Amino acid sequence: MSEKNRRVLTGTHFMLGNYAVVEGALAAGCDFYAGYPITPANEISERMAERMPEVGGKFLQGEDELCSVYAITGASLAGAKAMTATASAGYNYMQEGIEYAVAGEIPCVIVDVQRCRGENFATQADVMQARWGAAGDHEMIVLAPSSVQELFDHTVRAFNLAEKYRTPVVVLSETTIALMREKLVIPEPGALEIFNRKTPDQPPGKFVPFKAGPDGVPPLPRFGEGYRILHSINPHDEWGGIQWDPDVFENLYDRILGKISKHRDDIVQTEGYFLDDAKIVLIAYGSESRPALGAVREARANGIKAGLLKLVTVWPVPDKEIRVAAEKAETVMAVEMNVGRYAYEIERLCCGACRVVRVTKNRGLVHTTKEVYQAIEEVIR
Amino acid sequence: MKVYPLQKYLRSGILPHFYCAGCGTGQVLNFFVRAADELKLDFDKIVGIGGVGCTARIPVFMNVEALHGIHGRTLPWAMGIKLHNPELKVVIFAGDGDAASIGGNHLIHACRRNLDVTMIVVNNLTFGMTGGQVAPTTPKFVVSTTTPYGNPEQPFDLCKVAIAAGATFVSRWNTSRATQAIRAIKKALQHKGFSLVEIICQCPTQFGRSAIGSGDPIKLLDWIEECSITMEEASKLPEQEVSNKFVLGNFVEKEEPVFEGSSVYRNMEEQ
Repeated sequence: MSEKNRRVLTGTHFMLGNYAVVEGALAAGCDFYAGYPITPANEISERMAERMPEVGGKFLQGEDELCSVYAITGASLAGAKAMTATASAGYNYMQEGIEYAVAGEIPCVIVDVQRCRGENFATQADVMQARWGAAGDHEMIVLAPSSVQELFDHTVRAFNLAEKYRTPVVVLSETTIALMREKLVIPEPGALEIFNRKTPDQPPGKFVPFKAGPDGVPPLPRFGEGYRILHSINPHDEWGGIQWDPDVFENLYDRILGKISKHRDDIVQTEGYFLDDAKIVLIAYGSESRPALGAVREARANGIKAGLLKLVTVWPVPDKEIRVAAEKAETVMAVEMNVGRYAYEIERLCCGACRVVRVTKNRGLVHTTKEVYQAIEEVIR
Repeated sequence: MKVYPLQKYLRSGILPHFYCAGCGTGQVLNFFVRAADELKLDFDKIVGIGGVGCTARIPVFMNVEALHGIHGRTLPWAMGIKLHNPELKVVIFAGDGDAASIGGNHLIHACRRNLDVTMIVVNNLTFGMTGGQVAPTTPKFVVSTTTPYGNPEQPFDLCKVAIAAGATFVSRWNTSRATQAIRAIKKALQHKGFSLVEIICQCPTQFGRSAIGSGDPIKLLDWIEECSITMEEASKLPEQEVSNKFVLGNFVEKEEPVFEGSSVYRNMEEQ
């Protein structure tokens, strides 16, 4: 097989962030992609258009973002591992389909390359929309990569979590990393942990389509296997029948939301740097964790007891980890590239335990290490 | 106990349906299962898709794989399903709101691409489930709950749009012409490519009462018949006499390559 037609491009690369997303998706088993042109996510669609036919998958350029997001849910129910990618303005449109994927429990991956309103400068301003954008009560899994390598790794993990919990998963990319070229190491296919959705162990007629075991996740057959399931966004009982019954509604959403909240420890990932004795704890996610780590290293070199809590999973919120950091620290610094969005969560979780200082930058540019270090100096002054 | 022979195609325990007395949407469900029965379709391989509204409930009643509950996105779902597994028979049941209003752009592009699915549009000329608001298909000057002084807008001709956009099977009938409607649905289901069957349907509760001043379904069926004309009859009349009529007939039936995705592998060096 030629280099081009391989699904997993094992080896060391110098690769564009948007391309790393594509290779991560392919390595995870993605065989359906739909997207609509939007900068700075275009390289994802362009590489998918080339790669999907090579590996026997399907590529669709939708007539709009709504088409893309619904096409991936349709393909997923037909048995595909499906993904779409967009940028902030396009991500708005997709909220409708995300609500459906949550309520319909349809595994799929959505990549949002965050950009400044109408312009392609760097930002993290969609961090709240990624959690709350869709209508109705829901939980969201949102991963925030900070490098080209993490774009690959987190895209693989996004597919695994989507399949495991039958839910949409968002990869919250940023202009900064999407359009950056960096070293990327892609492992052997066998070295990657790949999770595929559970399928029924009962034949049609016996299988109860929306009945789950203790994990809350019902098995999902693909269309055409004789199960004849009704997938409706309307409140439905365990057989899928539409029911206007308060108990049915409450039980259904307890289960759908519980799938995520009860597995919070499996989903939430953070990384700690110099936290053991840190009096000043920086909390950052995505590309902002890079200048934050640089500033912490500089502080340590100057004898300042600073540490970094890097949030790999931004939603569900890593509440335990943030609280532990707050209890040990005198000051927590919420570092992000917007007017201070995730800071609300950090302030809520640290309330009463320590002081919270916001370190924000909302001018289309990532913080420099120097800027974050200066913010640390101001705290100790 | 005798069981209606087509009941095997419906989900068990799903009847009675929730349509108003005299509504034609149940008739269209009947038309479809008759057509599918005559064609001996494998119901394990049918995916029925509904959006939101009265028509969208048709696949809820059918014993098939079914999707329901999002307004206007039936065709994007169908696109994902059909591209991933072309062996599935995808049938969409859309109201005129789903097809002509919120999902209009999707319709144009499904026609253009010749996506190999069947779309049955039940056109009741109004937004029925939400209470009789004006639809893009509501005839001019008709009173609705949001056009209390009469509809000032030109109605949307779904079949003309589908033909212009490149649909390869386009047909329109009404509920009182059951034989022709069933025949058209059969043809559509056998057609390779995008097939659209529009069925003008009576909504006595929300359309009849405000549009013709009567909730009597017979009167509304008579009114629809009076407004209907076959394409053969229409071809003999001047255009302005046809413009406010429901022209019935099988307008287009042609073969074209079907959609297989936006990027299909070809070895460029062998070109």
